[in-house]
Amino acid sequence: MGPVPVTYYIALSAILFTIGALGVLIRRNALIIFMSVELMLNSANLAFVAFANTYQQLNGQIIVFFVIAVAAAEVAVGLALIVAIFKTKHSIDVDQMSSLKG
Amino acid sequence: MLLSEATTTGFYFLAPWIVFFPVIGLLLNIIIGGRLPEKGIGWLASLASGASFVVSVLLAYTLWVNHGEGQSIFLAEWMHIGELQLDWTFRVDTLSTTMMLVVSGVGTLIHIYAIGYMHEDVRFKNDLGRYRRFFVFFNLFIVAMMILVSGDSYLMLFVGWEGVGLCSFLLIGFWYDMDTLGRPSWANSNAGNKAFITNRIGDFGFLIAGFLMFWQLGSFQFDEVFAAAPELAHAQPGIIIAITLFMLIGVAGKSAQIPLYVWLPDAMAGPTPVSALIHAATMVTAGVYLVARSAPLYTLVPQAQYIVAMTGAVTALFAATIAVGQYDIKKVLAYSTISQLGFMVAAVGMGAFVAGMFHLVTHAFFKALLFLSAGSIILGLERGHHHLAHSPSSPLGAGGHHDDHEEVFDPGDMRNMGGLRKTMPVTFWLYMIGTLALAGIVPFAGFWSKDEILLDAKLHYPDVYWLLSIAAFFTAFYMGRQIWMVFFGKARHDAAEHAEESPKIITVPLMVLAALSLLGGALNLPFEGFHNLTHWLGHTLGEVEGLPLDLGVAGISTLLALFAIFISWLLYGRNPLKKDQPDPLKKPLGFVFTIFENKWWVDEGYFAVFINRYVDLAKFLADTVDWRFWHDWFHEKVIAGTYNWLSNIGLNLYADQRGIDALANGLGTVTKNLSASMRKVQNGFVRSYALSVLLGVVLILGYLLLK
Repeated sequence: MGPVPVTYYIALSAILFTIGALGVLIRRNALIIFMSVELMLNSANLAFVAFANTYQQLNGQIIVFFVIAVAAAEVAVGLALIVAIFKTKHSIDVDQMSSLKG
Repeated sequence: MLLSEATTTGFYFLAPWIVFFPVIGLLLNIIIGGRLPEKGIGWLASLASGASFVVSVLLAYTLWVNHGEGQSIFLAEWMHIGELQLDWTFRVDTLSTTMMLVVSGVGTLIHIYAIGYMHEDVRFKNDLGRYRRFFVFFNLFIVAMMILVSGDSYLMLFVGWEGVGLCSFLLIGFWYDMDTLGRPSWANSNAGNKAFITNRIGDFGFLIAGFLMFWQLGSFQFDEVFAAAPELAHAQPGIIIAITLFMLIGVAGKSAQIPLYVWLPDAMAGPTPVSALIHAATMVTAGVYLVARSAPLYTLVPQAQYIVAMTGAVTALFAATIAVGQYDIKKVLAYSTISQLGFMVAAVGMGAFVAGMFHLVTHAFFKALLFLSAGSIILGLERGHHHLAHSPSSPLGAGGHHDDHEEVFDPGDMRNMGGLRKTMPVTFWLYMIGTLALAGIVPFAGFWSKDEILLDAKLHYPDVYWLLSIAAFFTAFYMGRQIWMVFFGKARHDAAEHAEESPKIITVPLMVLAALSLLGGALNLPFEGFHNLTHWLGHTLGEVEGLPLDLGVAGISTLLALFAIFISWLLYGRNPLKKDQPDPLKKPLGFVFTIFENKWWVDEGYFAVFINRYVDLAKFLADTVDWRFWHDWFHEKVIAGTYNWLSNIGLNLYADQRGIDALANGLGTVTKNLSASMRKVQNGFVRSYALSVLLGVVLILGYLLLK
């Protein structure tokens, strides 16, 4: 059995991204939205490493490290925001975070 | 000679002090005068004028020691622009020094007189501020007059010329809020305006003459002008004639000659010392001085000389006839002054500059004397009137002088006088001396100077001689009439009955002037070796032969004068004027006397010909041109009408409402609607924002992939 074709990886990546995007759009719980965002990021990471392996170049893999680092920072900031919001609103339902509505 | 060291260099350097002393005087009076008592103010001003006189005497002495060699004393630069080189330079020569002596000498005496006079003036009412202002103006006049006579150029002379005109205006209108009788009125200030405006016409002539001079001769400085003039007179005599005749207009304004003399009689509205100093002795002689100063120009053009001489002669006769028909004591003297100025102008016009200057000097003495004595008479009558008003036995006393219905008493009207010889003896004798000097009776000063003029006229201009002789006849007549009416007969008014003699401060300066009027002729007697003034002025005006006494001329003029006095005695002396009796001259002369009485209707004529036409023009410009044409027609009809019409025909609806308004409103509506629809996008839900981001990404990617 030969190596798994890159098409599979891409299809998996697309499926993961779609699930993540739908999760962001549909779910109201901020934590779930966060997880969905992580899903989208990692689907992108999967696509990067798949191509990097296929074309035998390190660029894609290096970008993945960057994405992981940025995602970690983003989670740190995002979770802090959620904690702050929860303290004032006693809820993390994003639909209620509409105070800035014009 | 102990003084020889000092005098060879001389006192010339003192020349600017003839101006500085009165300047200091008036500044001191302005600054500390408020803290001085009444007498202090007057004496300060008199001292300033007196110091100026002392300097003038020192200058004259220096000139005498230096045999009449004058000097120009440079004080400061004035204007240096291109060719125009003007400095404040004082010219000390025999002519200017003669004027300085007269101005400061007579001026000082009148200053002293004014200390007493202004105090007694019923209009004074212890208003010290006004008293001080009077003396400040008086000093200012001395300043301006000194600049006039000592200037080294026509422009510096003009500065003084305008300065004395200003002082004249200020002092004629000194009691600006009342008339000559002290009633509330604008009469005095109108008299001041009249003098000022009439003099502006003369000054216009002077200025044109000055401009022509600078344009054609390139200078204002006397010596340079006189040096350049003969060449121009040779090439273009018309220019010199124009300069001299325009100058004559200035002379006619300042020295009250036909046709600009009308301001001088009205100028009697000023206090009497002003009439004496400015409107008799000094300022009005400025024109005579100007012609004498410009002698080198006038002698170049005999035609202009003849016109000047005739102007003077006609004025002399004309004014003398008016003086015959006047009742106001000062008005008679005013017309007499015009007449005597006519003698002087005629003299300098004929080229008899020495005779003109001689008459100027003697006239300053005796006319100042006459005016000041007239002031003393007026004060005497006022004292009499005051006495009556406060005495309980008199009919006037009942109401006191607070009574509104008090009769209007004119202390200057000769018809209210009579018999003053007994009540005011000192003034009577002083007035007699002045009268005899003016009438030209031997040996008073006026005789010698008038005869010199008549003799010169007879030798060169016979027509001028006859005019002046008739004028001299009238002069003696109106002065005789005045003497009989004022001093002889019985008092025609209770005030004259109770008139009182004036105090010493008033009579002593008059005595000095009387002595000068008596002895002034000695300046220039028509005998061999006595032509002092001729030689003195000869250093400046060029040597001329002193004329010997002509018994024919002197005899005729004396006989004419005596005859005139005799006629005046027949009419006014033999049968003294009664109260409310018409003038005895009215019957024999009839309408002619009415003409004299009404001053030939010259004022009315000027009103009809010039002033009313000017008022009409002003009315036309204001009413028709400005109001009806510009305001009513142009602004209201043309501009406002066109605007209204344009807006009515459619600019309002189509251009403004539907065009500009619609554009602006449309813009607003579009923005409003657009923002209302956009507002819905901003719903605040993070998910909807995320969806739009996603859709955007899908769209962009789709575009990029399918491109």
